[in-house]
This record gives sequence, C-alpha cells and structure tokens, in this order.
Amino acid sequence: MNARTQAWLWFLQRASAAMLGFFVLVHLATMIYAVRSGLSAGEILARTRGNIPWMLFYAVFVASVAVHVPIGLRNILAETFAWRGRSLEVAMLGVGVFFLLFGLRAVWAVYAPGAGLP
Amino acid sequence: MDQATPPANTGSTIRVSVWRSSGAGGVASGEGRFEVFEVPRQPSQTVLDVVTHIQRHLDPTLTYRFACRVGVCGSCAMVVNGEARWTCRTHVDKVSADGTLEIAPLRNLPVIRDLATDMSVFFDKWARAKGQFSGSRSRTDDFAVVSPQSEERQQVDLGIECIGCGVCYSSCDVVEWKPDYLGPAAMNRAWTLINDTRDEARRERLAAVAGDAGCHACHTHMTCTERCPKHLPLTAAIAGLKRMTTRALLKGEL
Repeated sequence: MNARTQAWLWFLQRASAAMLGFFVLVHLATMIYAVRSGLSAGEILARTRGNIPWMLFYAVFVASVAVHVPIGLRNILAETFAWRGRSLEVAMLGVGVFFLLFGLRAVWAVYAPGAGLP
Repeated sequence: MDQATPPANTGSTIRVSVWRSSGAGGVASGEGRFEVFEVPRQPSQTVLDVVTHIQRHLDPTLTYRFACRVGVCGSCAMVVNGEARWTCRTHVDKVSADGTLEIAPLRNLPVIRDLATDMSVFFDKWARAKGQFSGSRSRTDDFAVVSPQSEERQQVDLGIECIGCGVCYSSCDVVEWKPDYLGPAAMNRAWTLINDTRDEARRERLAAVAGDAGCHACHTHMTCTERCPKHLPLTAAIAGLKRMTTRALLKGEL
C-alpha cells in the first residue's frame, strides 16, 4: 500500500470519526428518550418500519463504522503485534465487510415493512 | 563491581547505575546489564560530569559520546532515570533527589557500546523526509527576500533550532512500535523546509512525509514536545504536515 493510500485511510478515519460523533449522540439521545417514555419493542418498530429517514440515518451510521473500525484496528495490530503487509490489509477488508453486512442486516430488520418482531 | 553487590551510599556520593552493553539492542533487549558505581557528589555537578568521572577514574572502558559540554552539539543525550536528556545540561540535583542515578543509552537506536548509540538511522530518516534544502537560485541571482513577519517564516523560526540530539526520537513510542516511522526530528526538519518560501521541493517533501511511516502515524502523545531540550513544538509541526498533506491529497497533488 503506497503512502497516498495510507494518507487516504487516515483522512477517512478522521472523517468517519466526526460523523460517528454525531451519529452516536443522536442514537443515545433517541434510546434514552424511547426507554424513558416507556416504549415497547413493538412500539419502537412501529415507528422505524418504513421510515426512510431513520433507515438512511442508521445505514450511514453503519457505513461509518465499517470505514472507521478496520482502519483503527489495522493501526493497533500493526503497532502492537507488528502484523503488517498484504495479509493485514485483506483481514481488515474482511472486518469492514463484516461490519457493513451485519450492520445493514440489522438496519433492514428494523426498517423492512413486512418483518416480524425479532 | 556489579549490581548484585552495590556499595553502601554514604550521602556524599551518588550511586550510579550505568548500562554496560553486550550487544546492540539497548536496555529493552536485555543485551547488557547495569553496573553500579559510587561517584563523589560535587556542587553544580551535571550528569555528564558523573559519566566522565566514572570513565576517567573508575572504569576507562566505559564508552559514551560528548563534545561541547554546553548544550550546543547534541552529542551527549542519554536516558537518565528513564527520560532522554542532554546529560551536559542536566544537573544531578534536578534528577536525583534520592542520591541515585540510572544512566542508559538512547532508546530506539542501535547501541555501539555502553552509552554511545549509532545515530545513522536517525539521520538517514532526515534524508528520507527530504530534509535537504532544494533551491532554484544560483549565485548570480539576487538575494531572496523573506519577511521575518511572514507566517511561513514564523513557522520556520519555531522549529529551526533543532540540533539533532535524538532526545525526541528516543522518547517517541511510535518509533518503538513502527521502526520505519520517520520520527519527530526528521518531520520537524521537513516542516521548516515546507515553510521555506525559497524551497522548490514542497510537493516531493509532502509525499515523503505522508503515510504510515510519516506524519499520519503520529498519535499526538506529545512526548517529543515534552522532552525536547529546546522546547520545540514538534507535535505541532507534525500536525501541520497532516493538514498540508490532507490539503494536497484532496487537491490530487499528493
């Protein structure tokens, strides 16, 4: 991986961190509001199903995680365990894809209009 | 006299543990051992005075490096009680409240012998960071005019006094974790040249300091800034490189 790509990774991690700061705050505020208002799982799902803004919010949230985590994990593994090179890049790509797929699956579960209660 | 049988400390002496190498790996590698010496206490005594006393009066085989003795040359840096310092400008009073000293070679550099490290890697990284001025004027051209008040010149002023002692490099955790990492001094040098309006190699230099071995690996621990004997804002220089490389990246110039 050349220095230009590494610089892009650094930039993407900072940009995704800034986005995650916003997403986490909104997520926590919403969770606290929902719990304190005594909403049941069914009532929460009734609000999220078919709700495109919430679906987009959590889809971008998941995408930010899928970008942020593997880049940070790559640094930690390289610095702590001296794991470097192609095998690390492939493994971290796998971590990113894992977070993206399972995150989007969760988003779909609370969005899909026809889905039952989990 | 070895560490197993240290002499009694009488109060008018300092008990000094000095690294004696058996390989190039330094203290972390365990390639050597600390040997204990009892050195007479003197007023206004520096750590370099202590090392010199040991070499001249107690064990002439002790190897260390110094030159100017007044904080100009940057030759005598060692790790004193766990922190990299210029030994010539470190008074024993300031670092040894309990009458003991531990003196080791700089970290992150191969040990030549005892307290003397091989600085080649350190200066090779200055070259890798394109630490050489690259101008375009010849001797027949007129002088370049650089205003002392300009923002670029003021940035240069903040970092230009580096004498290459290696204290920041020895103190940097990232250098330890990533042996390819350029380190604070090399990047501070690149930062002063990038802000030199006469220099022509800005683009190549930004490319040289970008990426995992360059400014983007810095975790902003700020140990380099904390330990620099000249109080240079090294972390700020690296942060400046991050900003400039990012701008160049987004413009497609990196």
